Amino acid sequence: MRFGIVTFPGSNCDYDAFRAVVDTLGEEAVYLWHKDHDLQGSDVVILPGGFSYGDYLRAGAIARFSPIMREVIAHARRGGPVIGICNGFQIACEAGLLPGALLKNASLKFVSAPVRIRVENSQTRFTSDYDRHQILTIPVAHGDGRYTADDSTLKELEHSGQVVFRYVDSGGDATEAGNPNGSSNNIAGIINREGNVVGLMPHPERALDSLLGSDDGLGFFQSILATVAA
Amino acid sequence: MTAFRVSVHITPRRGILDPQGKAVEGALHSLGFAGVKEVHVGRYIVVETDAETQNAAEAEVKAMCERLLANPVIEDFEIESVAAR
Repeated sequence: MRFGIVTFPGSNCDYDAFRAVVDTLGEEAVYLWHKDHDLQGSDVVILPGGFSYGDYLRAGAIARFSPIMREVIAHARRGGPVIGICNGFQIACEAGLLPGALLKNASLKFVSAPVRIRVENSQTRFTSDYDRHQILTIPVAHGDGRYTADDSTLKELEHSGQVVFRYVDSGGDATEAGNPNGSSNNIAGIINREGNVVGLMPHPERALDSLLGSDDGLGFFQSILATVAA
Repeated sequence: MTAFRVSVHITPRRGILDPQGKAVEGALHSLGFAGVKEVHVGRYIVVETDAETQNAAEAEVKAMCERLLANPVIEDFEIESVAAR
């Protein structure tokens, strides 16, 4: 399977995503330059973390109009899998691939720490390797991670199982104490209605080796391999 | 074509938590500005553009706001002034 990893000016997790695909999954990865118009036959597209265009205007707002995004959006509309991690999640929201938006953290502080998230839906192609309500430790590193959407969108996301990951405290509950950024309903990651576009603020690509603190991100990539190849 | 200068105010949508506004509000209170009720921090954008008429310039900037300058999920915008240069 071939993964296309988009590099925007200011992306800084593209290399981590590349290593995750090549070293951990043993699959093929290609970098897609933001000015390109071609996904080079990618089966899965990853919008990686970073600070595309310096987060000017709003995080992800300018990257969303990069030439490559036209192809990424077309790929998503055809049902192709797209993964937005951190800045990639912000870009996916700005592009309208996912509902809602990501605002400045409620604390106004950049948060860089391992957090606990709970798998809310293990029946997606990105989470099938996990158990429902499994708790993962995955790092976050963001200043604009507060997920927000209007009430009816939130209700719909909850109702249709589109909330994939939720921040939880040490007891496994979605409390304010467990919420690093003030996200509505402690939302850490969502999926679109069609089930092919996922966005999350935590970095599973940085949690692939217990030597580096956690390998809880493995399941995320293994799920994709199992369900997309199938 | 005439050159126009169009100003836009973009503010966090009312009802959405605005921690920046809250922080500034707290700082103003601590400086003794006891009358301050609410503060919102937004963006001010100036666009210089060529257009046939003032209305056309304004319509174009409105379209810019809808597509790029503001995010309708979280922000409101107001086109403040259109001046021929």
